[in-house]
Amino acid sequence: MECISPLLAAGSIGDFLRTQRVPFCGCELDSATVLILTAIIHAAFLFAMFGLVPFFFIWLERKVAGRIQDRLGPTRVGGRFGWLQSLADGVKLIQKEDLVPSMADGLLFRMAPYIACVATFGAFMVLPFSDGWSAVASDVGLFVLFAILSIEVVGIILAGYSSGSKWSLFGGMREAAQMVSYEIPLAICGLIPVLAVGSLNLTEIGQVQSGWFLNWLVFNSPFTFLAFWVYFTVSTASCKRAPFDLAEAESELVGGFHTEYSGMRWSFFFMAEYASMFLVSLVASLLFLGGWHTGIAPLDSVLTGLRETAAASPGFHVAGYVANLFGMMVLASKGAMLVFVQIWLRWTLPRLRIDQVMTTCLKYLVPMSCGLFLCQIIWPLVVISAVGRSTLVAWPEEMGGSIGERMGRQSVTRPVETDESAGQPGDDIDESAESSPESLPAVTESQDKVSAGSVRPHSVRTAARD
Amino acid sequence: MDATTILFWIFASISCAAAVAVVATQNVVRMAFWLIVSLGSVAGLYFLLSADFVAATQLLIYVGGTLVLLIFGVMLTATGPYSQIRTSPGEALLAGGVGSLFLAMIITTVVSVDWDSLAAIQQQDPSYASYAHEPGFNPAEEGNTARPLGLKMLGISLEDLGRTDGSLSHGYLLPFEIVSIHLLVVLIGASYLARAKRRSRPDQPS
Repeated sequence: MECISPLLAAGSIGDFLRTQRVPFCGCELDSATVLILTAIIHAAFLFAMFGLVPFFFIWLERKVAGRIQDRLGPTRVGGRFGWLQSLADGVKLIQKEDLVPSMADGLLFRMAPYIACVATFGAFMVLPFSDGWSAVASDVGLFVLFAILSIEVVGIILAGYSSGSKWSLFGGMREAAQMVSYEIPLAICGLIPVLAVGSLNLTEIGQVQSGWFLNWLVFNSPFTFLAFWVYFTVSTASCKRAPFDLAEAESELVGGFHTEYSGMRWSFFFMAEYASMFLVSLVASLLFLGGWHTGIAPLDSVLTGLRETAAASPGFHVAGYVANLFGMMVLASKGAMLVFVQIWLRWTLPRLRIDQVMTTCLKYLVPMSCGLFLCQIIWPLVVISAVGRSTLVAWPEEMGGSIGERMGRQSVTRPVETDESAGQPGDDIDESAESSPESLPAVTESQDKVSAGSVRPHSVRTAARD
Repeated sequence: MDATTILFWIFASISCAAAVAVVATQNVVRMAFWLIVSLGSVAGLYFLLSADFVAATQLLIYVGGTLVLLIFGVMLTATGPYSQIRTSPGEALLAGGVGSLFLAMIITTVVSVDWDSLAAIQQQDPSYASYAHEPGFNPAEEGNTARPLGLKMLGISLEDLGRTDGSLSHGYLLPFEIVSIHLLVVLIGASYLARAKRRSRPDQPS
């Protein structure tokens, strides 16, 4: 118990480690060791997530595929629903021989699965799993996420090229052509909710979607609604999922880019694929579907209140932790639902031809996303001039207000002369959250009017609180 | 030693080693791979400096650009399975000479700057990132490092907020627009050069 209590008293793992002593020599840990240990613990948490997600979704894929094809799917391993099937697969794959073809470029052939895997894993870094629960808080989180995720294709292409096989090379080339073109609508569709919110920070995008579910960005305007469907299509294609899985295309290319792979290296590609499916679904949930908010305003305002108390109090706060854990489960459920739809699509739709895939992207999805982008720029101006509000429908105050009015513009600095007014405690929620040095008084007032306790100002801590 | 310093040395040495490997290998695809590693480590250095935007841009543009170069320059044009590049001794000597001269110039420049006094001057300047001096507020820790850059792109400078004498500094709006016009010109030129040439004699099939 004397081990647990300093852990609960500390605000983060780093703070906890700073209070500890090395078991044998009794000396204190220096800052470098603390930072490295903290980083390892955080990475282990993320890696557990990264490993468990494919574990679950591969089982789900088999089960759903079975049901859609009028089979049972796995039933025996690990009890009734075959829920340990992925573990059995993993054990089987570890035992297999790690083959490298004689024609292959050994170094690149061995490196390629790790590149695909690490890129997907790295993109989880900037993703907020709940309010403020991100490993790396970044002002340009969405941009960083897409940038890191775009490295995955390097692994696929290197795998295709270095295998020394024609099937693999064709798979790699198709993947290259597909990714280079599908990244454009993916990025543009990701920018449409960013236009509605005015921030690339994923935590802020999640925060503005509190209140009832009509405040979710997918219902913000007709264009965000359409953009959600375009984004979902494009993200399915960017994970090279059927009907866009031309890179593997078993009926034409044997196994596509992973024809020559066996054992664990082969399974790394699939871990990367399932993790990136989950990742793009989580991003879709954050951008369009309210993030960690349940969509029920009274429940959300209670949870937000708990988080605010936790952010204001020093040390570990159990209620805030539980609220964040609940938010993470909500976000993960939304992501899992979208992954389920992706799996459903895979076993329902036939695979397109490569020319159809490219036509879909370049002739339909790119112009559509560009048009939606332009319309989303013009939309607020038209609505404001027509009805005098920032949204078409005026949500009643008890429903949390409409999203445009609730958005406090985040200012960049606190002016020097307002120090004394900002120092008064407890005049509003903005000031009670300790670390909001960026809000101007004018902004604070406008937030006061509409927040009604359910909205948290954006400038409150976005750094990781473990 | 600080943890940041350790990470800096890790990233810097990976970056330099991969850069040497780019020159030392002869297989073109391996060169591209080492180039990606080197550029990725530079992006890691940017992340270490809390320059998220520059780091993400580095990943997106340079790693993506290297990839397109790899696809179109190697995969679509290669005649054999693994194309090799062999340099003659004369070329290697010339490139080595120019490279070491450039390295010497960079090292001389870096060593000749008195970094400690520069940091002290920056600390004393009241206009220098006034928001960063707020007690308990660390923009890098909170991830709020790209917003000043974005405002500069719009022509708004944060340093002006701390000033009282009414003088204004400049944003990056004009260079930003010039670059975009430049890119537009390049795009038009590229499509002009790559357009389908009109047949000189349409009556004869060529």
